[in-house]
Amino acid sequence: MIRYRRRTLLQAGAAFAGASVLGFPAIVKAQTEKIRIGHLTPLTGFLGVIGSYAQLGAKLAAEEINSSGGILGKQIDLLSEDSINPATAATKAQRMLEQDGAVVLLGEISSASSLIIMQVAERNKKVFFSTGARSDALRGKNCNKYSFHCDIPNTVMVNAVGTALSQKGMVKGKKFFTLTADYIFGHDLLKAAKTFFGAHDANLIGDELIATDVTDFSPYLLKVRQAKPDVVCCNLAGNQVTNLVKQYAEFGFPYPLVGFNLNTGDAWAAGAGNLSGTWPTVWYHTLDNPASQAFVAAFSKKYGKPPENHAWIDYVTLKLLAEAINTTKSTDSGELIGYFEKQAQFDIGKARKAYFRAWDHQLVQEAYPFTVKPKDQMKDQWDMLVLGDAVPAANDPLETIYPTREQNPCEMKA
Amino acid sequence: MQFEFLLEQVVNGLVLGGYYLLIALGLSLIFSVGGIVNLAHGAFYALGAYVCVELTKSLGFGAAVVVSPFAVALLGILFERFILRRFYTADPILSLLVTFGLAMVAEQAIRMIWGAAPVSTEIPQSFRGSVIVGDFLFSRYRLLILAVVAAIMVGVWLLLHKTSFGRVVRAGIQRPDMVAALGIRLQPYMTAIVMLGVGLAALGGAFFAPITTVHPAMGADIMTVAFVVVVIGGLGSFWGVIIAALLVGVVRGIAIHFEPAAGEASIYILMFLVLLVRPRGLLGERIEKFE
Repeated sequence: MIRYRRRTLLQAGAAFAGASVLGFPAIVKAQTEKIRIGHLTPLTGFLGVIGSYAQLGAKLAAEEINSSGGILGKQIDLLSEDSINPATAATKAQRMLEQDGAVVLLGEISSASSLIIMQVAERNKKVFFSTGARSDALRGKNCNKYSFHCDIPNTVMVNAVGTALSQKGMVKGKKFFTLTADYIFGHDLLKAAKTFFGAHDANLIGDELIATDVTDFSPYLLKVRQAKPDVVCCNLAGNQVTNLVKQYAEFGFPYPLVGFNLNTGDAWAAGAGNLSGTWPTVWYHTLDNPASQAFVAAFSKKYGKPPENHAWIDYVTLKLLAEAINTTKSTDSGELIGYFEKQAQFDIGKARKAYFRAWDHQLVQEAYPFTVKPKDQMKDQWDMLVLGDAVPAANDPLETIYPTREQNPCEMKA
Repeated sequence: MQFEFLLEQVVNGLVLGGYYLLIALGLSLIFSVGGIVNLAHGAFYALGAYVCVELTKSLGFGAAVVVSPFAVALLGILFERFILRRFYTADPILSLLVTFGLAMVAEQAIRMIWGAAPVSTEIPQSFRGSVIVGDFLFSRYRLLILAVVAAIMVGVWLLLHKTSFGRVVRAGIQRPDMVAALGIRLQPYMTAIVMLGVGLAALGGAFFAPITTVHPAMGADIMTVAFVVVVIGGLGSFWGVIIAALLVGVVRGIAIHFEPAAGEASIYILMFLVLLVRPRGLLGERIEKFE
């Protein structure tokens, strides 16, 4: 009989568990006749679910562009990989630009990973579209000339929901308790929330920073109850929103739960009957707009389910990039940046056209608050949300909900 | 008031520990009897959750949470008969490789069957909400879980200590060669232990399906905590795993009470300290074949 030591076994077990979180680079074939575009998004971890949607959206866009003749007469070769974590995201971004010959990068949901890809893009002087990261700091103090930001920033989400809550009398003089994701995105969201609370006479009576690997929220929920707030506010991201929403429903607290960040994928995962309250979103598949509905139809036909907001944002980003390359007839970073900085307008499937603001590279667009449909009114498992009116209102300039130049410390180096 | 809040966290930690126990006990049993670190254990936990969600649609949650562990336990028979059995006496690296591979295959299979997006189910209305006893607040649903776990632990203890089945299993852990010399084949017992172990993991998955995200990688997520519990408790000890599971739940609750940021790290610090003082784990027995 072979004798072996318990510790050896456990060490080997731990080594295997560790190996499972490492990614393996894709094997790439040289294809000179194609325009290569690098796409990174988390496919594993707490953002993996919504990242999978982002990947499907980007792939659909690439297919549609290729079937209508490609860009500059060439086909797009989309390299789409799991970004895993900030360190791996940086390595993969560098490899895509340096070895694989990607002319531009797009993707990402994690603000931490996005921040580091922005630095890689700047070093390599290549354009990067941060499609799904929402931290204000990315388009604020960390902004750079090569990075463009497609999703709505934290401040806009806070303003969209905050305004809706104010109208219901749920802000002024109320006691808030926040649960915040403990990384750049969460810290940033909390900062935006505090600014909003301060400006609207709300009191923040408690905040808990929560590590991104927490799945059981019961100890935090006990602390919420001990504080007896008027409103509980979720500043979490990804799967954690789903877990919190489910466990909040489990404990059945009387304090309404609202949140400054939610992706529709997380709402679907929470399921009917668990989610309630008012939340922000950048897009939803029931949005009444012809371009949006054409995308929803194509996506649903191909994948058998409706697109989530990250599928939409990666889809429209690749589309507008193709439009920019075709218009400028160039993949040169300088040409593209110049084109976007002229604030060219793009149809992104919303009532009003969007544009990248020249001085901070933020895609200026409408946002929406939403509430949750009663279970018996849902047509299917995805028909969960009731979109509120777009913000800003149709007669207000789009930029009214975005941080102003005074509020946003972005200094773009030449 | 501060003390009562702390006590509330301790009690809540015990409840959470009960849930960890469901996953860790099976891992420990399979490890003790077969000498196999079952890296695929989390996959059975995930399957339990998915099967429960699926069955809830036709049978309702109550029946699904009962049927799902049995269905997964039946899969456990195949797992033991066709995979684990080949590796009891082989180099442990082989069983690590094969169970690690199986965990990946299972995760991908779940992705192919149910998709990458999470599936969801909800707690029946009657188990929603909290019960307030004095100053303490309990989730009604978690109290139910705790009661079931307690009943199961009593059952498993009786099975291992008061039945001839249990005597053979315990003898098999300590001296498999002697059991063989007495003319007892350990294989059927091993099948039963694997069924029990993966069935308990599946029950954990089924119970947590309504209050956590049911996604393909959930099995890999739970394995880390399960390993921590087994390592702290010590190999081969029924009570060791129970104490460790409860301790992990309580330490996490207390850490979150005082220093929320240290909540998740606290259980690893606990493991580190226990290993420093008692490398064998709290109640780990000296088992010849592992020395």
